[in-house]
Amino acid sequence: MYEETMPIKVLYFASLKELFGRSEQQLSIDGLSTVEDVWRRVSEGYDVSQQVLYSINQEYAQADSLVKSGDEVAFFPPVTGG
Amino acid sequence: MIKITNNAFDPWQELSTFQLEMRRDGEYGACANFIGTMRDMNEGDAVNGMFLEHYPGMTEKHLEKIVQRAKGQWDLLETLVVHRVGELLPNDPIVLVAVWSAHRKDAFEASRFIMEDLKSKAPFWKKENLSSTNQRAEKNRWVKKNTSGY
Repeated sequence: MYEETMPIKVLYFASLKELFGRSEQQLSIDGLSTVEDVWRRVSEGYDVSQQVLYSINQEYAQADSLVKSGDEVAFFPPVTGG
Repeated sequence: MIKITNNAFDPWQELSTFQLEMRRDGEYGACANFIGTMRDMNEGDAVNGMFLEHYPGMTEKHLEKIVQRAKGQWDLLETLVVHRVGELLPNDPIVLVAVWSAHRKDAFEASRFIMEDLKSKAPFWKKENLSSTNQRAEKNRWVKKNTSGY
């Protein structure tokens, strides 16, 4: 059986967008199971000292939340609105 | 109603327009509201301006979820949330939360709940533009954390 997998869309906001120098990227799902796996992959080689929050498909996620083909994953610092 | 706007808004105008148009005259006995405004000082430094970023899509969804949760917990007639994004200047209104109910307990408690959840969980981020007269090397800085409201 041939199963087509869509890449995941990864978004960055605020200071993380500046750190990585981009607001989004596409990533192959191969070898990635949890949102923390995704974070390790994209932050490799960067010195991230601040707290990072995760979301999957625009809902807050935990480090061990599972990601699947086609998901929109986002990484951002603690929120400071209002 | 939830509104996220790039443009400066007048919270008093928003309140009176919404209250007229919601057509609940005679039903509400209480309206509690909170207005957050940009200061010109933070952590001892003069601030010239601010950039407010958000996560289009998730921000609206999250605010909608907060309001729905409040409606499940208190007896509310109407709610209004307006939040500014983009470039702001000191004294610009940032946020308006208003809640209408029959009695004050519901309006007071629900508006507080919505506001505190917005401050701690809704995806917005502030970047301050510091005054050129300050002695620091940095001219722009991200606000690291919101203060606790409780």
